[in-house]
Amino acid sequence: MELALWEIIMKKTTLIEELGVADYPQGFVTDIAADTIPPGLDENIIRTISSKKNEPDFLLSWRLAAFRHWQTLQEPSWSSVRYPAIDYQSLVYYSAPKSNKKGPASLDEVDPELLRAYEKLGVPLEEQKLLSGVAVDAVFDSVSVATTMRDQLAQHGVIFCPFSEAVAKYPELVEKYLGSVVPYRDNYFAALNASVFSDGSFCYVPKGVHCPMELSTYFRINAANTGQFERTLIIAEAGSSVSYLEGCSAPRRDENQLHAAVVELVAMEDAQIKYSTVQNWYPGDSQGKGGIYNFVTKRGECRGARSKISWTQVETGSAITWKYPSVILRGDNSTGSFHSVAVTRNFQQADTGTKMIHLGRNTSSTILSKGISAGHGHNAYRGLVRVAGKADGARNHTQCDSLLIGSQCRAHTYPYIEVKNPTAQVEHEATTSKISEDQLFYCRQRGLDPEDAISMIVNGFCQDVFQELPMEFAVEAHKLLSLSLEGSVG
Amino acid sequence: MLNINNLHAQVDDKDILKGINLNIAPGEVHVVMGPNGSGKSTLANLLAGRDGYTVSQGEVIYKGKDLLTIPTEERAWAGIFLAFQYPVEIPGVSNLQLLKAALNAKRRNNNLKELDAFEFLEMVRSKIDSVGMSEELLQRAVNVGFSGGEKKRNEILQMTILEPDLVILDETDSGLDIDALRIVGRSIEAMRDSQRAFLIVTHYQRMLDSIKPDYIHVLSDGYIVKTGGSELALELEERGYSWLGKGEAA
Repeated sequence: MELALWEIIMKKTTLIEELGVADYPQGFVTDIAADTIPPGLDENIIRTISSKKNEPDFLLSWRLAAFRHWQTLQEPSWSSVRYPAIDYQSLVYYSAPKSNKKGPASLDEVDPELLRAYEKLGVPLEEQKLLSGVAVDAVFDSVSVATTMRDQLAQHGVIFCPFSEAVAKYPELVEKYLGSVVPYRDNYFAALNASVFSDGSFCYVPKGVHCPMELSTYFRINAANTGQFERTLIIAEAGSSVSYLEGCSAPRRDENQLHAAVVELVAMEDAQIKYSTVQNWYPGDSQGKGGIYNFVTKRGECRGARSKISWTQVETGSAITWKYPSVILRGDNSTGSFHSVAVTRNFQQADTGTKMIHLGRNTSSTILSKGISAGHGHNAYRGLVRVAGKADGARNHTQCDSLLIGSQCRAHTYPYIEVKNPTAQVEHEATTSKISEDQLFYCRQRGLDPEDAISMIVNGFCQDVFQELPMEFAVEAHKLLSLSLEGSVG
Repeated sequence: MLNINNLHAQVDDKDILKGINLNIAPGEVHVVMGPNGSGKSTLANLLAGRDGYTVSQGEVIYKGKDLLTIPTEERAWAGIFLAFQYPVEIPGVSNLQLLKAALNAKRRNNNLKELDAFEFLEMVRSKIDSVGMSEELLQRAVNVGFSGGEKKRNEILQMTILEPDLVILDETDSGLDIDALRIVGRSIEAMRDSQRAFLIVTHYQRMLDSIKPDYIHVLSDGYIVKTGGSELALELEERGYSWLGKGEAA
């Protein structure tokens, strides 16, 4: 079957190349005038970004401290991803659509060109067109261009706004929580982000409030040679809950582009945060040219007792994915979970997984990772489960499944387990399999063409993760997975 | 409907089929019997389009077309159905999902309107009782955790839903208890009509307690060594295969 399947793959790949963008419909560029600062990175650039946003002193000082720290660091090389050195001085660290200079007060003021861009991405921002259950913050290059449903959320006391607006309106909240989960000293890319981040989403759910709708941010990189460094901060006060969705895409370009985001989640007593991502940055072409370098630090802290944080991610895009959404289980009886589907094809590389840090008593965590490699794709799961000395009764269950399609791809699993408490229960299961000739023949004999058959088998493989996604997203994820496998698998 | 002429096939350079001739007309039920390793399953799989066989001589004509050049799924659209000897497990894909995708792929390619979820479910419900399956099995992942009997009945359910023109059953009777066997036999009898043909590959005569075939062929060492009516089964039951000898001599 190796050969037969391979032939289909090759045939289909050629077809896709002839058709051009068929496999990445989000690969268009929006032509819009931008306010862009010169490339390069030094203290002046950071001061420029900060002053463009009229930031308070504490934030500028924090940025500068982060930058000074960053300058002492070396880019990490411990992961399995390989890429040419990034020239940080050649990147542009701030680019905003011109029409958005002061930030729109309402959707009527948003440049229609931007609205059209999001419409094209399937994220209509005009409220009457929105699903009533979702509020969207739209981030375009370095800035947030629109946030919908804000009035409805405000009635419940929920703050959902661009990060820069939060800095202006709620500086005390920002100062209190910014960097409290991911300090700038955390790692190289977190330090870089802290120095130059330009916008992102901010969400605050007050005590006892169950956020009445899904919140979501759609990140779009548009400008060339520009890095995107957004920062998201979500705070759920005691007894509150919120579900947050994140989507992203970028134009098809031959150069690699850097995306280094930071997401911080704080869950107080009995609070619940569910964070779902469908990551579809431009993955590069079939020869491995272009694509986004996605170096992201995501971490949540279950600060209060019985709090709950869950990460669900579907990673189909990016040339390189380096990402470990983690949970610090500080509160007693708190729960963390990580559900992941990562797909690599062509020359994509993914080194992704999670960290579950058990500090409190009776804390529990679940890890379910599904890696799919096709073409020359390289997929690594890297996960740490740490149980501290005081974490009596901590439990973890980890399951890592890898699926290989074709003979040129690779899958690796790197589990790290550190247990300092004798009462801990830690389980790890891992499997690696290939789509079998029998499965393929069975489906085809029933009338499915090879592409539909593979798509169905792979979707089945990911089912346990997809069922963690909110309904609309699960449907999207199915489609995206099928689309993403098209051309690489047949 | 199906004409197999002088079919020679190899697996890994080993001759398995050494000149099969077989003609099946609409409405007929043919049974192929024979000892282990005689080539029965090879014949069934080759007709359904499994990879891994080399045809060195001969031809297979199905509905007037050269079957061996048609891709597997297109054979399915054209009405060929294989009930697998070992039905395959597909984790995470529900039985219903596979069935619906299969039926609609077939309908789409035959210029019929695809069924929506409601129409489909109604259709499946109307048929599930006849194969003695519980509705709960429809929601479970394809063949995952199914007992041997459930897997075989699942094949029969797929058959009744896809309504094929040429049904190939590859040892569907093996591993079935008496009750399940009766259900399978009844389903096949219920599907018999003047337009549909069956090619039933089996090792044992007991399948024929509930199905009365038009022809029985004995396959041995890659040749059909004897063809007869349903009475041949009884003779085989009594005397075994050895009296028929091997190869072209017979």
